[in-house]
Parts: sequence; structure tokens; C-alpha cells
Amino acid sequence: MTDVISVFGLHKAFGNTVALDGLDLTVREGEVHGFLGPNGSGKSTTIRILLGLLRADRGTGTVLGRDPWREATELHRSLAYVPGDVVLWPTLTGGEVIDLLGRLRGGIDEARRRRLVQRFELDETKKGKAYSKGNRQKVALVAALASDVPLLVLDEPTAGLDPLMEEIFQAELMALRDAGRTTLLSSHILSEVEKACDRVSIVRAGRIVDSGSLADLRHLSRTRVHALLRSAPTLAELEAWPGTHDARVDGAEVWCSVDAEHLGDLVATLGSHGVETLTCQPPTLEELFLARYQPQPA
Amino acid sequence: MTTRLAGAPDLLRLAWRRDRILVPASVIGLVVLSVGSAQTTLELYPDDESAAAGLAGILTNPSIIAMYGPLASQTADALAVFKTVMMGAFLVAVLGFVVVRRHTRTEEDEGRLELLGSGVVGRWSPLAAAVTLATVAVVAASALSAAGLAALGMDVPGSVAFGVAWLAAGLATVGVTAVAVQLASTTRGAAGLGFGFLAAAYALRALADSADDGSVLHALGWLSPLGWAGRVEAYGANRQWVLLLGLATLVAGVVVGVAVLERRDLGAGLIPARTGPARAGRILSGPLGLVTRMARGTIVGWTLGLTLGGVVVGSLLGSVADLADDPVVSDFLEQLGGSAGTVEDIFVSTELGFISAAVAAAGVALALRLVGSERSGLGEVVLSTPTSRLRWYAANVAVPLALTTFLMVVLGVVLGVVGPAVTELAPSLGESVGASLAKLPAVWVLIAVAAALGGAVPRFAPFAWAVLLVTFLVGELGPSMQLPSWILDASPFTHLSQLPGGTFEVVPSLALVAVTAVLVVLGGVAYLHRDVA
Ligand SMILES: Nc1ncnc2c1ncn2[C@@H]1O[C@H](COP(=O)(O)OP(=O)(O)O)[C@@H](O)[C@H]1O
Ligand SMILES: [Mg+2]
Repeated sequence: MTDVISVFGLHKAFGNTVALDGLDLTVREGEVHGFLGPNGSGKSTTIRILLGLLRADRGTGTVLGRDPWREATELHRSLAYVPGDVVLWPTLTGGEVIDLLGRLRGGIDEARRRRLVQRFELDETKKGKAYSKGNRQKVALVAALASDVPLLVLDEPTAGLDPLMEEIFQAELMALRDAGRTTLLSSHILSEVEKACDRVSIVRAGRIVDSGSLADLRHLSRTRVHALLRSAPTLAELEAWPGTHDARVDGAEVWCSVDAEHLGDLVATLGSHGVETLTCQPPTLEELFLARYQPQPA
Repeated sequence: MTTRLAGAPDLLRLAWRRDRILVPASVIGLVVLSVGSAQTTLELYPDDESAAAGLAGILTNPSIIAMYGPLASQTADALAVFKTVMMGAFLVAVLGFVVVRRHTRTEEDEGRLELLGSGVVGRWSPLAAAVTLATVAVVAASALSAAGLAALGMDVPGSVAFGVAWLAAGLATVGVTAVAVQLASTTRGAAGLGFGFLAAAYALRALADSADDGSVLHALGWLSPLGWAGRVEAYGANRQWVLLLGLATLVAGVVVGVAVLERRDLGAGLIPARTGPARAGRILSGPLGLVTRMARGTIVGWTLGLTLGGVVVGSLLGSVADLADDPVVSDFLEQLGGSAGTVEDIFVSTELGFISAAVAAAGVALALRLVGSERSGLGEVVLSTPTSRLRWYAANVAVPLALTTFLMVVLGVVLGVVGPAVTELAPSLGESVGASLAKLPAVWVLIAVAAALGGAVPRFAPFAWAVLLVTFLVGELGPSMQLPSWILDASPFTHLSQLPGGTFEVVPSLALVAVTAVLVVLGGVAYLHRDVA
């Protein structure tokens, strides 16, 4: 498989702020690639460099085989971009914006446009000013998903969507992947990337700290469990159960994190100990970083 | 009431912090304008005799009154502020408008008010803070000017009246803006209402002041806040009570503004947002079409405005003829407009100069949209499509260049049709159109300055406004203030041919066109090589 995006050693500073500090990124053809990182970690900056809007201070690489800074215009014929903070022209309707962006990109798939507008329940006759954040995002998404381009670059596209719409978005993304498109999708929400992406790169403070398939990153997706039990196990017992980590026992209360594939077993086992209360929490990105970079306090 | 105003002092402090350069710099600029020009005029005409014997006699001419308002008396003091009363009142009004809009509709438009509104900020607080700051700015400019004039040794009640003239216009505009920002649902819409109001106020007083005393038209001048500024007659009748009109308008505006505020949603105007077509028309097919479409309001508004302007100037030509063929008169007018030929020619040339500065403002505003769209994030979207930077830049430069050209043609045609219908002494259609077009190179240079700044150093793009303002003031006041010639030469307006009446000089105009081209190219080259997000 060829690489659609491959960049190495990207550096970018804004005055004293170092936004990117030697970032590498490889996205393969036909995959949905998650670009995961907390706020301010450099996702949008990377994307703008990939689009040739910003020039990297240092670093090399290509997007679709082209230099993004020098061949931006040609490159843009083959991609569609949804910015993180979608703004629309205040006096144009959503439908007008979709048509405009489609025409600027050199054409739009009419049938898909109609279907997407319907599925996203988008009112195309409202003016830009009248849309909520989520609806502005839908306008930009419809315009991007309906254009006939091999690469989609989406910067936190679901930040304003409600869960139902997010699911529709994920389904559309899968359909496009099955049709052979490549997508780079940035996010600061782990679960979103987990659902939609084949491979993930995790960025922190302008560097990639981890990159690989979801299976490779499985160790990152542990659920944290906290339970109040009628008869608590000992710490040794708890640690011996399959897939548990970071276990702690305090009287009738137990804490631990558990690998995704062992969650069901754990819940069943806890049930036999008489559950009074149970909370399960997928790890936040910040917790992941804490877990990776600092030893957990005992 | 108190909860409605919760957090207002904090907002006021925030507004002051954001405007701590803009407001003091504007106030100082205005004080320099009034006191500086009075001082230089007084050096030329130190006493009433020299003033009266020299120029004051002609200042009752309707066409000059149309431009600057009535001369209050034939004293040196009145002559010393003759131009700055009206010009300054207009600028003070603009300052009031800008400050109010910045902290109300613009904030709301860009979503920042929502952020604040969810905190402990009362519903009326942003408007209260904005109106307070604007009032402070307007009062400071007026009061300091009055004090400065008195300090020059000018008549004290007259100096106070001068302050009153500016203040009345400024306060009234603050009040009107308080309503305008509630009615319009966008920053640009508010600008349309605000500047439309000021243009109408100016046109009304121009017509009213040049009409005969006692006529209905003359009385209608009292409807215009800019008319009040002239009718205070500083250093003459000294009608200090006119201040009450300004205060009353301010209070009425705030009351109406608050009433509208109570009735509308955050982010909306009073007029509910209309829906539009679900599919885009043909114009929205490329960068040029997009920029043109986004300028639609500007195009329509200014075309109407200049049509009206042409009618007003054309009909005023009738009263110019009242003036005897006095060499002193032509000398004075020449100094005003820097033109040659008949009195009608000079008048037309002077008015075209004024209007072309306004047209340049429209052009600069459009040229600055390149930077505006970069800030808002819209530019990023366009530039992520196969639209090249070069085409995007070119579209944002071409539209203001083309629009200003079109507008000056409209002005020339209307003037050329109306003028000859009013008096046979008016310039012909061809002469009017030619004279109108002859102003364009200077307008283009100013647009090119905005384009170059926006292309190369977007942070400094707003300086294009400063360049426009200084250019205008130098052109207006420079000759009578006897500024050094290198300053005068720095203004593109200085190099325009004296039309109608004079001969068209090709070389200076071509030079201005060349400067335009160079600036546009420099801006474009820089734009191709910098970060655009
Ligand atoms: N135009 C800019 N000027 C100055 N600093 C910037 C600019 N753009 C981004 N930054 C800074 O660079 C860092 C990375 O920002 P960004 O790429 O937007 O992060 P993310 O998209 O991951 O939230 C942040 O510290 C941000 O403040
Ligand atoms: Mg971002």
C-alpha cells in the first residue's frame, strides 16, 4: 500500500510557542487514520501544514505525492477539508455554501449530496448566521463528504454533533472507506477515534508519542472500574483476575482498570461479590497520558 | 434593573483595555485637528479685519456652506474653525459609532458576547458599557478641543460652543448607533445603517444649509445632527442649547435600543433572519463571484448613495452661479479644491474630491476583507480548495478596484445629467464623467495600500484606514495650513489633474496607476509566501 500522507520531522513555532516539535505522520491509502491529541497539542497546525496553508519551519514530506507548500493548488484538487471551527458566510444559505464549495473543488456528487442532506436532517435554506455550531459543521461535512476526492481531512469534525448525528457521520465515513477513500480525522476524544479509525497516531506537545493499529493501541483503551461490594476480594485476588491493572482495595471499595476484552468477565466476577454500586469509565485522553508518563500512585 | 446591568463596570474596563490605543489616539488626533488648524489659520489672519477683508466675505456662498456649513460670523475666530466644525463633527460622530459597534454588535457577531453573557453579565451591560465608553471618548474630544481653542486666546463662549457643536453630533450618533446595533444582525449591517445615517445627515444639512433662510428645506436641517453642528454657530450666535438636542437623542437612542434589546434573541437582530435559496446561483462558482456576491450589499448601498450624491451636487450647482465672478472667490475656492476654471468647475472638482475620499473608504473596506476572511477562518476554507492564493488575492483586489471605478462613473453620469439640467454653466456630461474618472488613480492607490498591507502584514492592515484619513485631512487642510510640500506630495490626491476646467495631465495619473500596480504586486508576492491561517 502506498502512503497518502508521509511527513517527517515537522517543526513549527509561532513566536515563542513551539506548536510542532519534530512530528512524523504516515497515513496509508484507504484507511481512516485517527489523529488523536489533547487541545493545543498541534493537530490543527499539522493539518494546516499538510494543506499548505502554513509553512513548516523544518521537516519534509508529501501529501498525495506532492509538496503541500509548493503544489498546494494541484494538491487541493484531490482533497476536501473540514476545519475545526467551521464558519460560514453569514449571508449565504447552507445549500449555497455546499454548492459553492463543491464548485470550487471542481464538482460534487449530486446524488450523495441529496442523501447526506437528508440523513443529516439539514435545513439548506437557513443563512449562515442562523445555524448552530453543529449545523454549521454538518454543512461543511456534507460539502466535503459529497465531493469526489480521494482524501478527506477532517479536523475534529464531530465536536458539535449530537450522538445520533455522530453515528450517521461514522457510518458515512465507513462507506467512504469501503469505496477506497482515505481519511485523516483529528480528535481529542479517544472513544470517537476508536469507533471510526483503522490506525491512530497520538500527538502530544507537537510530537507523535504513539502510532499504530487499534489492536496495537488496545493497551490504551482500558476502562476504569470502581465498585462498592458486599464482600470485597483481597488485593491479590483482584490483581489475579484476567485483564485487571492498577488495582486498589479499600474496605468494601475496589478500583481497577481493565482491558476492553476482559470487561465482561470482570463485571460478572464482581456480580458474584455482591455489587452495591458500579461505575465504569472509559479513560480520558489526559488519563492515558498520565498513565503512560507517570507511575500511578499506589 | 441592577441584574440587567450586572457586570457592566467590568465590561467597561474590558472595553477600555481593548481601546486604550484607539480612543486616546483618536481623541488626540481630533484635538490636533481642531486646535492645530485654528492656530495656523490665526497666524495667517491674526485679527478680524484681515479675516473680514480677506476671505470671510465669500463664506456666505451657498456652495461652500453646502460643504462646510454656515460661517458663524466674519471674525478671525470663526474663520479659524470654519472647516473643522463640520469635518470634526463628522469624525467625532464616526468615532462614537465605531466604539459603540465594536463592543456590541461586533462582539455578538463573533460569538464573544455569548461567552460573557453566560457569565454574570446582565442583558443591558454590553450596551451600557459601549455607550459609556463612546460618550467618554466623544466628550473628551470635544472638551479638550474647546479648552485648546480657548488656550489659543480665542473667544471663550465661542470655544465652548465649538465643543458643543462636536458633542451634539457625537452624542446623537452614539444614540443612533445604540439602536442600529440592535436592529442589524451583523457588524456589516450595523455599518450600513450607521454610515447610511451619517451620509443622509450630511446630505440633508448640505441641502438645507444652502437653501434660503426661512424656507421649509432650510428648517429641515434641524433634523440632522450634523446640521446642528453648523447651527450652533460657534464664535457667532453660540447656541449652546443645541447640546440639549444631542443629549435628548442620546437618551432616546439608548431607551429605544434597550427596548429592542429586550425583545430580541442574543445574536439576532430585530428583523428575523430570512431563509434563502437551497441551491447556489451561478455567481457562486469561483473566487471572483464569491467576493462579488459578498460585496452585494456594499455595491447596492453605495450605488444608491452616489446616485443621490450626484443629484445633490448637481442641484447645488444652481446656487453656485449666484456668486459674482470675484477673483478673491476663485482664489479661495482654488485653495479649497485645488482646481482651475469657472466657479462651477471648481465646485464640482471640490465635491468630487470629497466624494472620492468616501468611495476610497468603500474600496479600502472591501480590500481589507482579504484579511477579515483570514481572521474569521473563511479564507482557510476557500484556500483549501483548488483556488490558488493568487486567484483569491486577485479577486479581493479586483472587486474594490472595479467597484470604485463603477461608482465614480455613476457619480459622473448622474452629475453630468442633473447639473446641465439645473444650469447651463454646469460641466457637460462628458466633462463630469471625465472629472469623476480623473479622481480614480488616487482612490486606487489607497486600495492598493490596503491590499499590500493585507497581503504582506495582515496585523497592520487596519493602518490602511489611518493612511486614508491622513491623506484626506492633508488634502483638505494641508494647503490652508501651509504644510511643507513633501507632506502634500505624499498624498495621492495632490497629484490629480484639475478637472473639470483644467487639462488632464497624463504623467502624474500614470504614475499613480504605476504605484497602484507596484503595491498590488508587492502585496500579492508577499501573500504567496506567508502563512495564511
Ligand atoms: N496562529 C497561531 N499563532 C500563535 N500560536 C498558535 C497559532 N496556531 C496555533 N498556535 C499554538 O500552537 C499550539 C498548537 O495549536 P493547535 O495546532 O491549534 O492545537 P490543536 O489543534 O491540537 O488543539 C497551541 O499552543 C496554540 O496556542
Ligand atoms: Mg485544533
